[in-house]
Amino acid sequence: MSGPIISLSGVQKYYGDYHALRDIELDIAEGEFFSLLGPSGCGKTTLLRTIAGFEDASDGALMLSGRDMKGVPPNKRPTNMVFQSYAIFPHLNVAENVAFGLRKHGLSAAQKDAKVAEALAMVGLEGYGGRAAHALSGGQRQRVALARALVLQPKVLLLDEPLSALDKKMREQMQGELRRLQRQVGITFILVTHDQEEALIMSDRIAVMFEGRIAQVAAPQTLYRRPETSQVADFIGVMNFMPATAQMAGESVETEIAGLGKASLAPDQCPGGVATGAVHVGIRPEMISLVFEGEEVKAATAKTTVVEQYYYGDMTYYDVALEGVEKPITLSMKNIVGRPVLERGAPARIAWDPRALVLFSA
Amino acid sequence: MSLRVYAIAYLIFLYLPIFLLPLFAFNDSTIIAFPLDSLTFRWFYELWETPALHAAVQNSIFIAVLTAIFSTLLGICAARAAAKYEFPLKRPIMGLIMVPLVLPEIIVGVSLLVVVVQLLEWQLSTWTVVGAHVLICTPFSIAILNGAFQNMDTSLEEAAQDLGETPFSTFRLVTLPLVMPGIISSLLISFTISLDEFIIAFFLTGADPTMPVYIWGLLRFPQKLPAVMALGTILVLLSIILLTIAEYYRRRGLARAGLKDKGGFL
Ligand SMILES: Nc1ncnc2c1ncn2[C@@H]1O[C@H](COP(=O)(O)OP(=O)(O)OP(=O)(O)O)[C@@H](O)[C@H]1O
Ligand SMILES: [Mg+2]
Repeated sequence: MSGPIISLSGVQKYYGDYHALRDIELDIAEGEFFSLLGPSGCGKTTLLRTIAGFEDASDGALMLSGRDMKGVPPNKRPTNMVFQSYAIFPHLNVAENVAFGLRKHGLSAAQKDAKVAEALAMVGLEGYGGRAAHALSGGQRQRVALARALVLQPKVLLLDEPLSALDKKMREQMQGELRRLQRQVGITFILVTHDQEEALIMSDRIAVMFEGRIAQVAAPQTLYRRPETSQVADFIGVMNFMPATAQMAGESVETEIAGLGKASLAPDQCPGGVATGAVHVGIRPEMISLVFEGEEVKAATAKTTVVEQYYYGDMTYYDVALEGVEKPITLSMKNIVGRPVLERGAPARIAWDPRALVLFSA
Repeated sequence: MSLRVYAIAYLIFLYLPIFLLPLFAFNDSTIIAFPLDSLTFRWFYELWETPALHAAVQNSIFIAVLTAIFSTLLGICAARAAAKYEFPLKRPIMGLIMVPLVLPEIIVGVSLLVVVVQLLEWQLSTWTVVGAHVLICTPFSIAILNGAFQNMDTSLEEAAQDLGETPFSTFRLVTLPLVMPGIISSLLISFTISLDEFIIAFFLTGADPTMPVYIWGLLRFPQKLPAVMALGTILVLLSIILLTIAEYYRRRGLARAGLKDKGGFL
């Protein structure tokens, strides 16, 4: 493997006055499962369409396997796209849809049939070749769209929210299948999604975007545990933010957190950069636990009251109020045998590991 | 209940005159009146025996075919441009193209006559009628094709390009097949409009009359009236056949696209 398969530098996109993509710097390695994650309207689709060639960047450079893509139309790019609507050709059957891109490959009919059959088998649609396009379910349409793109063996496969039209069960099944498929074919996948769970489950790396800008690019665990900004932290999962004051103490940062008291943070707990003065400290709900009678605790603890309780079956979420702090913090507990579920108003002792704290400059 | 009565009354009102056509076409009397005489085919035979009518029908079909092709081609270009591109003054331009749809035909006929004869100093001929018919049929074509082009998901065209097709081959392989029902509708409707259009043809026709102009000429001779009825009968049959074909293609287009049937002709 040599160099990134996709490299964007200084890419800008304007729609009239609207600045849809701002200073995009991004390298994606060959064989990576890469996700673009962000809220609606942040420019994910625009970025994907710029890579595919449907939009021209207003400025900046886009390199695809070392070739500058300026002025190269979509049909000449080594990318293929799975559209959000799947864009299955309604006048062609499944096999004809899958064979569509092979038209100019100079294959014999038999070679073509073999490739189509192979692609259909790959997505679990053996024997569906003769089906009319409109006689397919949502999940099947999406598999056809995948097969149609993969049969061309593109360098990069672009997927624009491919699972958002499926119901929850189907979506979870396809998440697993897509991931497996990507490992099997080894093609670089770039997935657009606004579902943070989906991005975390499937990706090697994730770029989080807000308002046309990339806020952070990182592997799922890094992104979740060490978000660089409070905006990223808030978008990925749930994060409790607590006001704090911070000052340097040698290598580490000494903080005084409202309601939780003193904590010393290592430099890696300040992913967005070390900051002092008025800051915020964040902690994930599952990093805080309830302490029950007779349990032995090594971590820091505090006294609280349960304000609200949300029972999810496998988990229970609690909003608990710290003494002298207005905003409650959220914590989650696994429901294991013998562990009681506290009711609203019950006193609760909580414990947390200071290593789970993350510092945000604002 | 009252709705059903209304519907039946309306249908009778609509179709009674048309049922009278075959009645008198097969009636063995030159006078169009009840009671009917015996059955005859002589009016059809008379049609067969009238070379001037054959020339008029041929002329009309020639004009209608050319009109259908030209107005549909123009319609495809306009509908495609409207669906795909944004350009300044798009709405006013599209609106202006549609105006002939509502202009009184007699006004269009007179002004075209003035333009052709006075300004351009052309000879009136079959071609001037073709030009005028294209002018009045193109708005219908655009209206029909606009629907077809606008209903098409643009991501289908993008998908074709993404899969390696040029814009031109994308149009041929994806766009055209998907709007084909619209194209066939447009061809059939402009063909029909042109075939029975009278006023403009009356003004602009040269030495060779079109079929409606010829029929109008016949009306001065009462003994020819039953032959006109016979001709009318043939035309009604032909229209029904054309409409059925149009409907067949429309349904096939819908079925291929997997869409639900909403309305239609039949
Ligand atoms: N052709 C266009 N003309 C003008 N503005 C556009 C165009 N396409 C997109 N935009 C704007 O650019 C911004 C980003 O759009 P984009 O479709 O990339 O968002 P997205 O992140 O994919 O959102 P979603 O999750 O809703 O699909 C939006 O504010 C949108 O209104
Ligand atoms: Mg989008």
